[in-house]
Amino acid sequence: MAEKVLMKGNEAIAEAAICAGCRHYFGYPITPQTEIAAYMAKKMPKIGGCFLQAESEVAAINMVYGVAATGKRVMTSSSSPGISLKAEGLSYLAGADLPALVVNVQRGGPGLGGIQPSQSDYFQATRGGGHGDYRMIVLAPASVQEMASLTVKGFDLADKYRMTAMILADGTMGQMMEPVSLDFPEPQQVEKPWATNGTDMKREHNVVNSLFLQPDALEKTNFERYERYAYIEQNEALYEEYLMEDAEICVTAFGIASRVAKNAINEARNMGIKVGMIRPITLWPFPVAPFKAAADKVKSFISVELSMGQMIEDIRLATDCKKPVTLCNRAGGIIPSPEEVLAAIVKANENGGDL
Amino acid sequence: MFSDKRITILCGHYGTGKTNVAVNLALRLAGEGHAVTVADLDIVNPYFRTLDSADALEQAGIRLICSRFANSNVDIPSLPPDLYAITDDQSRRVVVDVGGDDSGAMVLGRLAPAITAEDDYAMMLVVNRYRPLTPDIPSTVEVMGQIEAASHLTFTGIVNNSNLGEETTPDVVLSSVAYAEKLAKATGLPLVATTVADHLYSDLRGQIQNLFPLQLQNNKPF
Repeated sequence: MAEKVLMKGNEAIAEAAICAGCRHYFGYPITPQTEIAAYMAKKMPKIGGCFLQAESEVAAINMVYGVAATGKRVMTSSSSPGISLKAEGLSYLAGADLPALVVNVQRGGPGLGGIQPSQSDYFQATRGGGHGDYRMIVLAPASVQEMASLTVKGFDLADKYRMTAMILADGTMGQMMEPVSLDFPEPQQVEKPWATNGTDMKREHNVVNSLFLQPDALEKTNFERYERYAYIEQNEALYEEYLMEDAEICVTAFGIASRVAKNAINEARNMGIKVGMIRPITLWPFPVAPFKAAADKVKSFISVELSMGQMIEDIRLATDCKKPVTLCNRAGGIIPSPEEVLAAIVKANENGGDL
Repeated sequence: MFSDKRITILCGHYGTGKTNVAVNLALRLAGEGHAVTVADLDIVNPYFRTLDSADALEQAGIRLICSRFANSNVDIPSLPPDLYAITDDQSRRVVVDVGGDDSGAMVLGRLAPAITAEDDYAMMLVVNRYRPLTPDIPSTVEVMGQIEAASHLTFTGIVNNSNLGEETTPDVVLSSVAYAEKLAKATGLPLVATTVADHLYSDLRGQIQNLFPLQLQNNKPF
């Protein structure tokens, strides 16, 4: 498909998943991501795929576990409270080393919270969400085009590393409409010798399981998994730098917040303030290298977030607390305005490193 | 002007730009001296509402009928209590902005008897050929039939609102006209307008029939 189409972020995720070879979708409606399920409901039956509205989020994530075990590409999507319900399943997927794509189009919380956009599931996503020692690859799109391209990438990464990739978007990214190109290469074919897809009486049967009867065997799988995680941390971090060459202040923002921040940075540059931005595209692995480099050059960092400052911990860890990090945020479903971000930049510029 | 009826209803596949067209049509009618009401009956989507244009509408003296919970966290398909003013107050021109697809058009069912009895309405199918689920005639006609069944009303015209958002060029609009004309032929409905963002209007004037300039209603900070 060479011609562009006009899509909502949620639709772009659904269509990109189909392009990536996903033919199994299990979900349960929740604002602001329901268009993903609606799109799959319309499209999957026409292409021989399976759309199933489960009786609950818990059921949907366990259906994902079942299809993932067969080696087929599979996904589910939800929004914040629904992801909490899926947390047990996320842990089981990790424990069984199964690849899956999970989408979280975040809304304000905690609790039932609201339906307006938020980024306050950062901790939940980057620290795993469920119980046990595990990680998920977390991708944070900042345009409808990236909603599509990172969905395709998420399936590839999930297969490559046998783990869950999560698209961490927010209500505005899900609902906004932008032109998209869906010109993706053919889906990667990854060998899955572990899949429970029939032995044909030619091999030993495969077992997909997260229960270990002996603690030393369980310990071994944990150690092996963390070797894989260390490799991912070294090789898969993605980020975008914006006007960082001569920057004295480094704004950090992802997703919708980075778009607002960019407008504020342009305005600050017009005022002669040397400010740039590092936009993490993977939240786990967090892009440590550019932050380490920036910490030697800039006076301070400003984290722009739709949360109470959850990303600040990762910025401080990445920079060994070398430079102060301040917070410019709104919460509960409200997006910071460019003026608010600009005011934070101006203040940081006046104060230098002393905050 | 693409509708001279008292009530103009805008329906279509979701994401085709009905709200933008509704606000612009209302502003145009008000500019011509009519007493105008906009009724936002979208029960499908709580984001990007007519309410986002409340200031522009108020400045033009346009009355807005809209769910009390629009843009709030109340996630229920609630209708405004002054809904029946659409049909009861026959002194005003009304532009009705309906939610997407047949699930959005369902709300028209309860107004359909009064609208049909008064018999002074136009119902426009708003289309955008760059939307992925309605790129051709059969898929668009399918959605159209579903909306008519749900609304208990029949379409009277087509508004071609084809665009690619910020990447819309004169060519993008021009190359949608054949689709809109084919759709008009297939359905027997007149193509009453093709819309274009006002900054492209001068490029296309004279090249497209019934060209309708739009002031885009997007004041988002990103």
